[in-house]
Amino acid sequence: MDYSNLQRKAAYLRKSLFDQGYLDEQFDQLEELQDEVNPNFVEEVVTLFFKDSSRLLNNIDQALEKSPNDFRKLDTYMHQLQGSTSSIGAFRVKRECTLFREYCDKENIEGCVKSFQKVKREHAVLRQKLEAYFQLLRQTGPVERATRASN
Amino acid sequence: MENPSRTEPFPVGLRVLVVDDDPTWLKILEKMLRKCSYDVTTCGLATVALSLLRERREKFDIVISDVNMPDMDGFKLLEQVGLEMDLPVIMMSVDGETSRVMKGVQHGACDYLLKPIRMKELRNIWQHVYRKKIHEVREIEGHDISEDMLQFRNCSEDFDDRQSSGGADLSSVRKRKDLDTSDQEVNDSAAVKKARVVWSVDLHQKFVNAVNQIGFDKVGPKKILDLMNVRGLTRENVASHLQKYRLYLSRLQKQHEGKNCGANMQSDFSPKAPQANFGLQNSTPVNQANTAGGYVPVGIHPTVPITQKFQAQNRTPVHVDNEKSTVALHIKDQKEAARPDISNSRKLNSTPLGGVLSFKSTATNVEYKPVEPSTSKHQNLTGGIPISQFMQYPKHDHEPYSLLEDYSHLPLSSQLHQTQREPTFTDYKSHNNKTIMPVTCTIDSVSVQVERGIVNPQEVNRSGSWLPPIREPSMKTDTDLISLPQDMPLCSLQNISCFENVGLNSMDIFQYDDSMSLTEFQSNWYEGLEFNTDYLYEPLEYPIIDDCLFA
Repeated sequence: MDYSNLQRKAAYLRKSLFDQGYLDEQFDQLEELQDEVNPNFVEEVVTLFFKDSSRLLNNIDQALEKSPNDFRKLDTYMHQLQGSTSSIGAFRVKRECTLFREYCDKENIEGCVKSFQKVKREHAVLRQKLEAYFQLLRQTGPVERATRASN
Repeated sequence: MENPSRTEPFPVGLRVLVVDDDPTWLKILEKMLRKCSYDVTTCGLATVALSLLRERREKFDIVISDVNMPDMDGFKLLEQVGLEMDLPVIMMSVDGETSRVMKGVQHGACDYLLKPIRMKELRNIWQHVYRKKIHEVREIEGHDISEDMLQFRNCSEDFDDRQSSGGADLSSVRKRKDLDTSDQEVNDSAAVKKARVVWSVDLHQKFVNAVNQIGFDKVGPKKILDLMNVRGLTRENVASHLQKYRLYLSRLQKQHEGKNCGANMQSDFSPKAPQANFGLQNSTPVNQANTAGGYVPVGIHPTVPITQKFQAQNRTPVHVDNEKSTVALHIKDQKEAARPDISNSRKLNSTPLGGVLSFKSTATNVEYKPVEPSTSKHQNLTGGIPISQFMQYPKHDHEPYSLLEDYSHLPLSSQLHQTQREPTFTDYKSHNNKTIMPVTCTIDSVSVQVERGIVNPQEVNRSGSWLPPIREPSMKTDTDLISLPQDMPLCSLQNISCFENVGLNSMDIFQYDDSMSLTEFQSNWYEGLEFNTDYLYEPLEYPIIDDCLFA
């Protein structure tokens, strides 16, 4: 059936996100938090994350452009982003954030810039994949989602 | 009792304030905490959180705060909350570096959670609230000698000044007293909060810097005030903040120490109790009454309260057996003159008050005690008003002779009051002499409250003689009868330490003739008031106790 097909696709996509390291078990946690009171909790949180993290990415972008680089500031911003990525279990983004902060520590601006590109890329890829995932979920309906979450 | 009521549903509805600049985490934490059946308030800015807490500190049981926030360092917030509200604070961060965690702990965090935070970690946070309450109670009974020493040192300095400043003119003393009193009244009457200085982060930083500069062992309000050089700040402000700061530090220390402190000597004497009580008194007299009721001393033999009071006030119990005897006698003379009807009256007067007061003191204000003796004398001289009446007076004015009233107000705790009253009188009559009166205290033990009451036994002790420090354990046991040989020259550590500080001054007081002694007492009283003022400034100081006992 079309329905179960979608469901299977969603499950597959979800699994690949984990397998490829985009997500970690924090995402499971989010799914566990979802209930009748907040049936779209995971999606809401993820949406919030991307909204807020985009702002943080902008901050970092601007900070990187300033001529005398303020590594403390950069580190602070990245620290914020890192904390945020941990909220949804965006593992790969988080990993890049950590690298970035290490470059900050060494005051290696080139490393920072490079690393930041990776952060942005990971961030964008994750966003794409998660959007696709939630779209699938929306099509399968709430019931399916509930069962899937328990898988 | 409060405990039973709270244990049942306790973790449910725990009021949690979550502070994090990350909206995503805020949302997740809110959901998690709600799933734990907690009552959650979220806040994206540390500054807002702080003002929220200042506005209605009693609305929260625990704070969870992120370490890194743009508007305010989480550690600063932590410190402020620790100083002002004394709420348990849990820090959280993605960084798990030891140094960071350590910093959190040093600043008083009760826990440090690493993001991502899990439900199971949050399910347990109620334990911090619970533990804190237990600690609070302990703390009340606990006593930090060094802290007292410091205070005393300051106190004694002033005392000396006053003495040297010339024969202690009664009126002048009284004026000063009045001044202080009026201050107190202002503070007393719900204006307390407004009168308080808001210790902003910057101001506090200045304060800490000053303390560090002076050296923690040598700090005194005046020195700090001079160093801080902030306009409008008074010595009292600084003194009260210093007081808080010490408590805050000792609290930290205690947290680290764990529960060991319960059993040691210090716990016998609790400087902190007064404050806590005071706070309670002002804000919630009813509660206090209850508290007092918690431990009801059934039969208290009056002793000479003066010494006790003295001790309590100055926190410098000085005792020499001889001295004691003298003191006791002295008092008698005066009182007898005043009250012919009661042969032994001396003791009687002082006794009932003493008994009550002693309880009070533990429960309410230690500071006031010193004054009492003088007041009581006065009363007697003036008109010999029945003590019982005094006791029932509501506490209001701090007029020169109204001390009794204040104290009496203390007994307001109706249960305590009633129970004590009768026994006191009876005992009185039975014991004419200052001779040894065994102090019997039946304590209605409620575990927690009893601990608080521990101080009482000491105070209840015999007149001239210094009471041997009663150990908590014994007191704690319910309905223990503790008899203390009155004349036993017992010196607790406190006494000794105090002795150094107070030195001859206090002793002199007793030997002076009436007028002199009166002045002396008043000056002492003044001292007491000063302390009180400090406490008054901080009605919020121990609100937790309040909760704990009566929630």
